[in-house]
Amino acid sequence: MTYLIKGARVLGGDPADLLLADGRIAAIGDRLSATGATVVDAGGLVALPGLVDLHTHLREPGREDAETVETGSRAAALGGFTAVHAMANTDPVADTAGVVEQVWRLGRQAGLVDVVPVGAVTVGLRGERLAELGAMADSAARVRVFSDDGHCVADPALMRRALEYVKALDGVVAQHAEEPRLTAGAQMNEGHRSARLGLTGWPAAAEEAVIARDVLLAQHVGARLHVCHVSTAGSVEILRWAKSRGVQVTAEVTPHHLLLTEACAETYDPVFKVNPPLRTDADVEALRAGLADGTIDAVATDHAPHAVEDKESEWAQARPGMLGLEQALSIVVETLVEPGLLDWAGVADRMSVRPAAIGRLDGRGLQAHGRPLAPGEPANLLLLDPAARATVDPAALASRSRNSPYAGRELPGRVVATFLRGVPTVLDGKAVR
Amino acid sequence: MKRHLLEAADLDRADATLVLDTAAQIDQALAGREVKKLPTLRGRTVVNLFYEDSTRTRISFELAAKRLSADVINFSAKGSSVSKGESLKDTALTLEAMGADAIVVRHSASGAPHRLANWVRGSVVNAGDGTHEHPTQALLDAYTIRHRLGRLDGVRVAIVGDVLHSRVARSNVWLLTTLGAEVTLVAPPTLLPVGVGSWPVGVSYDLDAVLPKADAVMMLRVQAERMNASFFPSAREYSRRYGLDARRMAALPDEAIVMHPGPMNRGMEIAADVADSVRSTIVEQVGNGVSVRMAVLYLLLGGSTR
Repeated sequence: MTYLIKGARVLGGDPADLLLADGRIAAIGDRLSATGATVVDAGGLVALPGLVDLHTHLREPGREDAETVETGSRAAALGGFTAVHAMANTDPVADTAGVVEQVWRLGRQAGLVDVVPVGAVTVGLRGERLAELGAMADSAARVRVFSDDGHCVADPALMRRALEYVKALDGVVAQHAEEPRLTAGAQMNEGHRSARLGLTGWPAAAEEAVIARDVLLAQHVGARLHVCHVSTAGSVEILRWAKSRGVQVTAEVTPHHLLLTEACAETYDPVFKVNPPLRTDADVEALRAGLADGTIDAVATDHAPHAVEDKESEWAQARPGMLGLEQALSIVVETLVEPGLLDWAGVADRMSVRPAAIGRLDGRGLQAHGRPLAPGEPANLLLLDPAARATVDPAALASRSRNSPYAGRELPGRVVATFLRGVPTVLDGKAVR
Repeated sequence: MKRHLLEAADLDRADATLVLDTAAQIDQALAGREVKKLPTLRGRTVVNLFYEDSTRTRISFELAAKRLSADVINFSAKGSSVSKGESLKDTALTLEAMGADAIVVRHSASGAPHRLANWVRGSVVNAGDGTHEHPTQALLDAYTIRHRLGRLDGVRVAIVGDVLHSRVARSNVWLLTTLGAEVTLVAPPTLLPVGVGSWPVGVSYDLDAVLPKADAVMMLRVQAERMNASFFPSAREYSRRYGLDARRMAALPDEAIVMHPGPMNRGMEIAADVADSVRSTIVEQVGNGVSVRMAVLYLLLGGSTR
């Protein structure tokens, strides 16, 4: 199938036509024509490379009532993603070649995005001994990112071994940085609001201390480290310092940490409960600046669907996490593009190029992601209407869950179309299937 | 008054004063009466929904509702709603269907009354939620101070002990400052919340320095299990540094009163002879609790049918 996209502004540049054929971008130019091609009018739309998420919870296997690989894939496609990393905290945990291959196969069957399984670092996410990382790397799922996300690899000796071991796999450990002894029972950011609300505080130092430790370990053993969902200004400072010293560290920030603050907790509505917690205005500002200057490499959604009964409860009893795939790009437009902190090339870099490189998805022929929009490259791209604004309605989301913290909020930018290897997964803002 | 009483921080000076004045009127109306009962809430239903054991708070609310002639139902859900299998929301909808006009809720989770208020049409009264607030306790404390000292404006109140985990302390901080009192929190730094600096209160680590300038000193219960989490080294050391004994009590100004929300740990935060002294208002607080809770129920339910 051949598609001719007319008048798209590639990375916000001058309007151009893109011809997609045989899974690749066949040509980019003025007034292209192709007989038999389906024409897509992209006047006024911005073309970006297909987004890559380093951090998605698809919940399958185990909690198919909250999300499945298929429903999560559809949400991802609607958000402009062409690849998502599926986190390992499923039931059973993705700590064997069998489970990661199952998730990978479900992703292929859904066929809406490339589902790239993340492997657990430790058996059962228990933080006691290494899972068979090599077997997962060698499996059909080709795992390169390993994470106990939801739990910190808190034992420093075990973390050191994990960092060292995955060097042989060209892998990376993605750390959920949270010193568990400092966050026992924690419910929200520790500060004047937690004091007033009587919710146990999650101190910024519990994140920063682990990041500081881990960058030192990564430097010592010469390994790659990726830091999940950085949430504090202090973490950004530590990352900036580590990068200046040449440590091979990368980091991600979530859309919700770029937009929302701990003030949301004042409603006691657990839709705003998330781990790490929403922080302060100053943290939000530092995260935006860190993403803009490249200290933070990537936006990653931490899309975390939860069934209604796991959120419609007392704050302390609710599960942490919020939906993110379908609004991620809009939030980046709102918090970075519109204020002038990031241009469209910057958005492509932080949401596609760098996350693909971190996950080692960037160099595999037609299966690659995060490649430039250029002739010969895989045709993974999205078309965004930057002028559109829409109010978020959780009931209208493709995700099986409804725990969006953005309900009722008007956000800019609408993904009009998404193409995965030249085939549309989204057209006219709707999933093709 | 708003429809619910969820936190003392919600009360402005006029509302808080109205509660205290109403409680005083109720006290006067019932003084010397043989039948201590008013017909005001006849036909109305008050549910005491208690997810935590708290006999004294529950019977205080029960007595308050009964003295107003309301029908009272005690719904004791020991442990968490989740462990029982029924969610807070389902319990709320059940009580709603049964026609509860007011739900008095005690819960171990901060904010549970706020959640409940989203799901029911009746009034919700917070009878203590986690480490957040216990607004009727603060109202009865304010009532007691005003009754004993004749005013609240400019009264210097020291709140001593485990502020970090205390809903009583939080409610008193907001209510007493709203009513013009000057509050000083006294505790070891481990038992003060990070961020306490933004509260409209003074903070001290030194009880002896604060006592000579206190018109009322409110001792908070310190739970023994805090000791095991290294909030302080030992019960004895805590008691030595932050307990109120007769020697320390002597440093108080002549008219100053000693308060405790109960239940007390005699010998820990308060010595027995202090608790039983003429300065102590501890028993009086219990009695005032009934009057203040009557006032709250009366004002929220308005005495008229919905």
